[in-house]
Amino acid sequence: MLGKKSKLSRIITLAIIILLALLFTFPLYWIITGSFKTPKEVNSTTPVWWPSEFTMKNYEKLMSKLKAPLYELNIPFSQYFSEDGEPVAAVTGPTVPGAVRWLLNTVWMAVAAMLLTCITSALAGYSLAKKRFIGRGLIFTLIVCAMALPKQVILIPLIREMSSLKLYDTISAVIFPIVGWPFGVFLIKQFAESIPGEILEAARIDGAGEMRTFTQIVFPMIKPGVGALAIFTFINSWNDYFMQLIMLSSTKNLTISLGIAKMQAENSTDYGLIMAGAALASVPIIIVFLIFQKYFTRGITMGAVKG
Amino acid sequence: MGASAPRLTSRKLVMRETVSGYLFLLPSLVFFLVFVIYPMFMCIYTSFFDSNMGKNTTDVFIGLANYKELFQDQIFLGALKNTLIIVVVSVPTVCAFSLWVATAIYDMKPALTSAFRCIFYLPVVTGSVAVTVVWKWMYNNYYGIFNYVGKSMGFIEKNINWLGDAKYALWCIILILFTTSVGQPIVLYVSALGNVDQTLVEAAEVDGANRRQVFWKIKWPQIMPTTLYILIITTINSFQCFALIQLLTSGGPNHSTDTIMYYIYYTAFKLYRYGYGNAMGVVLMIIIAILSAIQFRMGQEK
Amino acid sequence: MKKLLAMVLTLCMVFSLCAIGPAASADAQELTLWTYPIGKWGDSATVEAMMADFEAATGIKVTVEYLDYTNGDDQVNTALEGGAAPDLIMEGPERLVANWGVKGYMVDLADLWDDADKAEVNASCVSACFNGDGACYEYPVCMTAHCMAVNYDRFVAAGADQYLDLENHTWTTDGFINAVKALYAAKNDTVAAVFCGGQGGDQGTRALINNLYGGTFTDAEHTKYTANSAENVKALELLQGLDGINFDASIVGGDEINLFRQGILDMAFCWNIAQQLNTDNNDAELTNDGEKIVFMSFPAEGDAKLCGGIWGFGIFDNGDEAKIAAAKEFVKYFCDGEGTVPAVKASTYFAVRGNAGDGIDLTGVWADNAIMNEYTKLMPLLGDYYQVAPKWAEARTAWWNMLQRVGAGGNVADEVAAFDAEVNG
Repeated sequence: MLGKKSKLSRIITLAIIILLALLFTFPLYWIITGSFKTPKEVNSTTPVWWPSEFTMKNYEKLMSKLKAPLYELNIPFSQYFSEDGEPVAAVTGPTVPGAVRWLLNTVWMAVAAMLLTCITSALAGYSLAKKRFIGRGLIFTLIVCAMALPKQVILIPLIREMSSLKLYDTISAVIFPIVGWPFGVFLIKQFAESIPGEILEAARIDGAGEMRTFTQIVFPMIKPGVGALAIFTFINSWNDYFMQLIMLSSTKNLTISLGIAKMQAENSTDYGLIMAGAALASVPIIIVFLIFQKYFTRGITMGAVKG
Repeated sequence: MGASAPRLTSRKLVMRETVSGYLFLLPSLVFFLVFVIYPMFMCIYTSFFDSNMGKNTTDVFIGLANYKELFQDQIFLGALKNTLIIVVVSVPTVCAFSLWVATAIYDMKPALTSAFRCIFYLPVVTGSVAVTVVWKWMYNNYYGIFNYVGKSMGFIEKNINWLGDAKYALWCIILILFTTSVGQPIVLYVSALGNVDQTLVEAAEVDGANRRQVFWKIKWPQIMPTTLYILIITTINSFQCFALIQLLTSGGPNHSTDTIMYYIYYTAFKLYRYGYGNAMGVVLMIIIAILSAIQFRMGQEK
Repeated sequence: MKKLLAMVLTLCMVFSLCAIGPAASADAQELTLWTYPIGKWGDSATVEAMMADFEAATGIKVTVEYLDYTNGDDQVNTALEGGAAPDLIMEGPERLVANWGVKGYMVDLADLWDDADKAEVNASCVSACFNGDGACYEYPVCMTAHCMAVNYDRFVAAGADQYLDLENHTWTTDGFINAVKALYAAKNDTVAAVFCGGQGGDQGTRALINNLYGGTFTDAEHTKYTANSAENVKALELLQGLDGINFDASIVGGDEINLFRQGILDMAFCWNIAQQLNTDNNDAELTNDGEKIVFMSFPAEGDAKLCGGIWGFGIFDNGDEAKIAAAKEFVKYFCDGEGTVPAVKASTYFAVRGNAGDGIDLTGVWADNAIMNEYTKLMPLLGDYYQVAPKWAEARTAWWNMLQRVGAGGNVADEVAAFDAEVNG
């Protein structure tokens, strides 16, 4: 079927795509190789494409900067009762390099945001799709309206609110607005619409309670949607630089992206160090991405096709 | 929709549905109302006040004065223009480019398709902060790779100060935004094209339709819903462009890369004018609401 | 339904359990200090050691937080807005006095000064730390003069070293012009960059432009910006027309230093002693390729007036008298007491006073360091500390925007007039 001409055009297209693919992989390549270069090579004014010797110096420097405790478990709600309004730490972990703590903060933030978003959205999405109750239309309209709103618009009130709730400079201050973002509810609602009403009716007649109906019947049917949402939320919150920037300030509460931005501002002379930090920020999430790649792409697709 | 509507319409049943409906909604609603709706409301409220930072200052009600000032503020109008340029340029190019890449790679060997898909998705997962570090170096005026390659290949004669020249800076930002935006659309288009009804395609080919006709008459209508979705997410994404600007240009040179998003941040954190910043937020909200309404309309007509 | 409720509750519990907040500090004997990267005050190992000594001496534990110059202000402002400000902060008067002090967030430290202190401390430091009403919002510990640097090897190669007075580290405006011309003739590329990408290091561009023909940045009372003067306009026109001088809106001071060290620029305007001592990429006083770096005052027709840097501590008013008292103890310890020598050494700058506390001599802090000793030659050139003028934040933004417009080919007189209208209006 394919003529000679169209074969040629295919080859040209392929060549262009390969070229573009190189351009797209370049930043990552440059970060990783850069993190192993010596100061001389990383500061060179003609590009050094491959490090002549691999040095760990940049990572050593990264690890020697800014110490923080590995974790602190605070007594719940203690910030509302303690004398100075600060939470009381029950357990404090060993002191580790700041970068390790930042990574842990980022993982915790992304995982917590993902779990909370999935649970609340699954419940709410199901309710909006299948329950007929007063005010449903109004709530759904609000959700659709709020979905497209950039977060920067509400940053000033949000900071004030967080500080009066004593959440400013805590990871929760980043997590909660992400969870509040109604995209998840919208997405799950689209999935839950396709659950046949008869099945729910049958469950009710069989005497299943609301919660049992949800866990036994509804949840398995919307699982793919929840999976997609989980992946979405994880990546988005990992890279949500803006929220992190305005909500977090102390060294031990930073995320890895913020940490690098901070290093860049402080040590504009030390490119190798910055590259090492950037590598630390991007490699873990890329590994996660490559492992779950299949689900990532499947999830994204489903979200779009249903949504 | 009506499939699950209760057949029994007694008051009691409606009450029961309402109670259980709200209980399921409750956890989500708490976060939504407290961390999205309430601040949104406060944003509108504060925009009518002269509200500044300071220990002993109180907010003074000034009506619409912030809004009046806004439309005489050249920097704001410039930022509005820049924001619209970013949206107007990046949305169609992202859509067209990702469709082009997707058509080229979707019928390759599965492993190859998957590899390309991954590569184009990489900048999204790498994160804007890490990506920016590299782009800053690539754009460097004195030894950046663009000037290096451009000069050694003879495209340019003198070094171009990409980020330092008001003529180029915004386009440089748009280019980075572009590379971090096409990942998701490509994934979507690849699977949408894979789901196109093959019998229709074959039927058309038997009837003598060429590749172009097959694409526009058969495939394009079928991937229309995906296109709409991509339009929406790319628009949102383009409006939210902030990290690139904050990390690369701080809105410069001479305000040529100011966007509303960045200007709100600047007004709030450098000039400490909260009321004024909130007024900008409200204007942006209105613009986005209008755009969303249009896109929703398009979706419904479809 | 119960299960649902239980689930929500558990979630709440889990969350607050892990809500990681600022360290607990239940009693007054614990303070928080936020520092900007002032020499080694940005390096945790050095600072922790000093804090350990302080704790041993006084029993007060200090938790330190390290800010940077890009996001640091935002962090402090959001913390203030959020009621989470630290007890102590280390920075210069332009922030402590002119910004947070004016806004009412700082504790008045006037009671820490007696007449002996006022006589002992460098006069321009004293005047910068007090505001017009006699309140003091910063207690100074160290100071320096910002200067510029030249790549000496390049100057020699271009025959431009004749314009440098290496004995006094000074040169004239004409010498500067001739040097730029010679260097440009030698390499036909950018000699120096008037960086204007943002606020980082903007004191360098201000000092350059003010000094060339003897202009000033504000009036003597620090009430009005005087950039719109014949001297400054002339200086800007000179720079705009000089081949080899590039108004570069893509870089800030830190980037300029980088380019200078990489040998791309032959001069750096954002220089000070900390840069002269920097050994990140090569030995002190050498570029990455080993060319010699010489620090110079800014070129001027008469005596140059260098922009100063003054650093010290301020105390945020968090309403807790016991903490404020402890913070004052901290300030005295490091500015005028046992901790002063290590504090000054860590800053890599110079002490603001001759001796601290009970007869600790500060004049010899740098006796063992030849570079520091040589640099003291610039200290008498320290000029007026004008960074406390009103609307300082706006003025800085307007300043680099004005430079960007001039660099893009704008008419100097018009652009400076626009700057004037913006900041004095």
